[in-house]
Parts: sequence; structure tokens; C-alpha cells
Amino acid sequence: MAPANHADTAAPAILQEVKPALLPRAILISNNRSFSWITEKICGIIEGKTPTWWWVCFALACFVASFTVAGIAYLIATGVGVWGHANPVNWAWDIVNFVFWIGIGHAGTLISAILCLLRQKWRTSINRAAEAMTIFAVVCAAIFPVFHVGRVWYAWYLFPVPNSNAIWQNFRSPLEWDVFAVSTYGTVSVLFWYVGLLPDLAVLRDRFYSSGNKVRSALYGFFALGWRGSNRHWSNYEMAYLILAGISTPLVLSVHTIVSFDFAVSLLPGWHTTIFPPYFVAGAIFSGFGMVLTLMLPLRAVYKLEDLITQYHIDCMCKITLATGTIVGYAYAMEFFIAWYSANPYEGFAFINRAFGHYAWAYWIMISCNVITPQFFWFKAVRHNTSFVWILSIFVNVGMWFERFVIIVTSLARDFLPSSWGFYSPSIVEIFTFFGTFGVFSVLFLLFIRFLPIMPMAELKAVTPQADVHGGGAHH
Amino acid sequence: MAAPSYGLIATFDTTPDLHHAAEKVRDAGYRNWDCITPFPVHGLDKAMGLQRSIVPRISLVGGIIGFCTGTSMIWWTGAVDYQLIVGGKPLFSPMFAFPVSYELTILFTAFATIGGMLFLNGLPMHYHAVLKYEHIRRGMDDQFFIVIETRDPRFNLANTKALLEKAGGKNISELEA
Repeated sequence: MAPANHADTAAPAILQEVKPALLPRAILISNNRSFSWITEKICGIIEGKTPTWWWVCFALACFVASFTVAGIAYLIATGVGVWGHANPVNWAWDIVNFVFWIGIGHAGTLISAILCLLRQKWRTSINRAAEAMTIFAVVCAAIFPVFHVGRVWYAWYLFPVPNSNAIWQNFRSPLEWDVFAVSTYGTVSVLFWYVGLLPDLAVLRDRFYSSGNKVRSALYGFFALGWRGSNRHWSNYEMAYLILAGISTPLVLSVHTIVSFDFAVSLLPGWHTTIFPPYFVAGAIFSGFGMVLTLMLPLRAVYKLEDLITQYHIDCMCKITLATGTIVGYAYAMEFFIAWYSANPYEGFAFINRAFGHYAWAYWIMISCNVITPQFFWFKAVRHNTSFVWILSIFVNVGMWFERFVIIVTSLARDFLPSSWGFYSPSIVEIFTFFGTFGVFSVLFLLFIRFLPIMPMAELKAVTPQADVHGGGAHH
Repeated sequence: MAAPSYGLIATFDTTPDLHHAAEKVRDAGYRNWDCITPFPVHGLDKAMGLQRSIVPRISLVGGIIGFCTGTSMIWWTGAVDYQLIVGGKPLFSPMFAFPVSYELTILFTAFATIGGMLFLNGLPMHYHAVLKYEHIRRGMDDQFFIVIETRDPRFNLANTKALLEKAGGKNISELEA
């Protein structure tokens, strides 16, 4: 006991124990809400009467979605020539819209997978809705490549299914890689989402059963697969969820990498660059967080979810938008630098043309929306002004659409030989088809918030202080 | 026990109560028992004496099958079944086969993980004695249960009930099979 006695008189040269300052844990659920409050709050949204605003929005969304239906019906009936494509721009809005929508989806997977691996517990409030956003965005994205093949009834030729010509797909092509990347992404996103829903569906099953609604109880119960909250089940479930997060992380990075290969593997100036994969992934996450903010902020206001989506959550989302937006800005600058540094006249021209050519307006919309807009998020006052954050998030969405337009159309319209140059503008059919996808997305999202729990109740409960078996103490 | 009984169920209001009770049941040597919780309770696996889940092994098998499926499909279709030179490139190369094989690795891992999880959990199982418990709704909401099954070799109605009572369980009742 000598050292202890010694310590009484003088401080030891080497501390017996180091006590680092404890940072206060961020409060993820305000007002110290109970477990049952969370259940009531989330299930109440589904069990309550359908609000009038929902019907209004749903009718509007169906109306907007009908534009896609009209555009596609006309395309099928007539042929792909109804779009504004003409040599040399044979890829335009279809691929722009595809990349735009698939990029939006990426934030959902980032929130559910990467933030799960990084133990960012604030993800729990937004991950369900963000994953739903991912799935619906993939649905909207898939419309374009499927219909741009022209004869859509041959779209199954994309998959290696034995056919009467006995010929197989060209697996050397990034377009074929894309088929696998996007279909895997869609499938895994749905599975991940569904696994997350299992325990919450069981909650709804039991609640509808006790309130006497046997039909809805049976429906939710069917999909809940008989989940009964057993800890032996939770043990396997948690492990499966972790693995799904672990495989979704390389998946989400690979999907946009492969999407960027569609361009980078070609020889076209402005496309043929090695920066594309990281640049596309950062852009995808940037645009996706823009969309998450666009969706979650109104949802938070309408359903009074301020205790579950706190200011801390908004701060986190704004900061990620800022970080990824700045990466995108860096990529824009680096593309210009490499175009000059490569001393390739075609490459150099492609970028001068982007900034000062026929499509300069699109380029400067892109720069102002994607590089300047997120810089507002440096300021706390901006992040705390929810309406302003929402408006900025719209600019992010707009800017990221223009980014894809600039990359795809400007590069194609002005390639090597001036004799093959052209100009592209969309036809009304393309405008209809794209405009309508916002309706398709909204219809799906509205159905989601009406019939499924918009937040993972089990995960929210697990991050409350009272979930801790050591009584909320900082035990590790 | 005249009427067939599935087991005894006891209610706990807080996670620390459940955690301590689970440790007691584990130390009493029970095997066929379970905790019912509305969310995964951190540390409860250890308190129940559960082994680490074997889902990752199933996932690994799925991943390996996925990668092999992708690579062999591309090799067979391009280099064996219908040889077609495109762009002067080789008929098969692990380089261009990689992206698709990589995606299929992930796809098959996901199938194996979820399939494995459901298989290990014995789901779907829409009928279960626990689900017939009248207060089961609270077990999905804000309460915690411990269920000890009658088929456990150590099960003895009086002793098991005493153990659950001593562990702090409330509303101890028998579950209909």
C-alpha cells in the first residue's frame, strides 16, 4: 500500500489512472421519452385517420406520375425516336435522369449501412425513411435504362437468360456491369429495408389485433413472419443486420463506381477520367442527403417529430452535405486542372466548352448549386433555420441533376471533330417522362408514410438512456 | 400438470431488471428459455449465456458461391458456349469478370445472411405459444418477459416459479401450449 500512502502526500510522477474528460453524449431523443411514447408516436401515424393533406398530396402525386405513364406509353407506341436524341448526342436525359435518381438513392444506403458501421446512432431516426427513399429512387432510376432500349419487351436481353439466338451478353462492357450493379443494389436495398421492418411489423400486428382490426393484423402479421421479440432471435438478427450493413457499404460504393465506368471507360473527352468513381460516389451521397433533407424536414414538421429528429440530426445531415458538396467542388476543380495538365487539346477544349460553350448556363447552375449552396452550412444560424435548410436542399437536388446533364450532354455534343458536333435539346416526351418520375416517387413515398412505420421503433428504443442495462451510466 | 403447458412467463419493467433476472436463470442451469424484448438489449446475449451467432458463416458460404457463380458464368458464356471476339479483347479475363462477380458476391451474401438468419430463428412461424400470451403486445412495446419452457429438464413448476419470483419477475403465469 506504499504508493497509496505516497499519493496522499505528493502527486505521483506517473498517474495511476488516466481519466479523460467525458464528452457529453448527444441526446438523440429529446424530452426523455419512454418506450411506449415512441411506439404510440410512430404507430399513431399509421393507425390514425388519413389526414386530408395526405389525400391532396396523393392526388397531386398521381397526377404528376401520369406524365411518366403518358410519356412512356407514347414511347412504346411510337419508338425511341420520340426523344430528342440525335447524332452525336445519343445519350441524354435518359441517362442523366437515371444517374440522378440512382445517386439520390445512395444517401439512404449510406445512412443505413455506413453510419451503422461507424456507430453513428443518430442514423436511427432517419434510416427507415432514407432507405424507403433509396428503393423508390431506384424504381424511378430503373424506368430510364429499361425504356431507353426502345423495344422494351426485349429488356430481358440485359440479363443472361438463354435465348433463341444462343448469344450471351457482353461482359466486357460497363453497361452490362451496370445491369448487375443496379439490380443487386435494388434487391439488397429492399432486403435490408425489409429486415429492418420485421420487428416493427410485429408491433403493428399486435396493435391491430388488440384494436380488433383483424384484416390489417393478418396482413402485417404475414410479413412480420411471426416475429416475437425473442432474444435468441435478436442475437441472429443483430448479426445479420451488421453483415447487411457491412456488405451494403462496398455495394453502394461499387454501384456508383460502376455507373461512372459507363462514362470513364469510354474514350470521350470529359468522360475518360480516373477521378470519376470517387467523384460520382461523393456526388451521389451529396445529392442523396439533399433529398433526405427535402423529405425529412416537412415530415418532421407535419408529424411533429421534433423529439425524434432533433436539431442535432439536422446539424449532422447538413454537415455531411457540406463535406460531400465540398468534395464535389474539389472534383470540379481537379477535372479542370487535369484537363490543362494533361496537355491534351481535346480534353482541354471539353472543359473550356463546358464553362463557356453553348451549355455554359447549365455549367454555372451546377457550380452555384453544388459548390456555393452547401457552404452556407458552415454557419450554425443557417443549420438552425429549418426553412432555409429545406430551400438549400432543393438547390442541391437541382444542382446535381445539372451536374449529370453537363457531364453527359456537353461531352457528347462537342467531341473530336467539329464536323460531328451537334446540339441537343429534349423533346416534350422526355420532359413528361422525367417530370412524372417525381410523381412516381411521391406516390410511393406517400404510401410508405401512410402504411409503414416511418422510423425504426426498435432501434429508436435501443438508443434511449433507459435501454441501457446499467441504468444509463457511462460504462464504456 | 394436467393441461399441456408451454412454460412460465414473467414480466419485467426495466432492462436492468431483465438483465439481472436473465443472469439468475442462466446460472440456475436452464437451457430452454428465452427473453422477449421490444428491441435488442445490449449485453443480454452474455447474460443469457448465448454463443456468438453463426450467421456470418452462412454469409461467407453465400459470398463464395456468389463470386464463383459470377466468374464461372462469364467464363462459360463468353469463352466456352459462344465465343465471340469483341473489341479484340480476350474471351475471358478475371479483370472484366470482376465487377459482375463482385456484385453477385454481395447479392448472394445478402440472400444467405437473411435466409440463414430466418432459418436459425425458425421463422416464419406464425403460430407460437408466446404470441398467444394476452400481454404479448407489451413485449413488442415497452415490457420485457422471460419465458422458461416446460420441456427444459430442470423445469419444475414450483421451483421455476420461485426462481422467477426471486429474480423479480411479476405476473408470473403459465403459457398455453
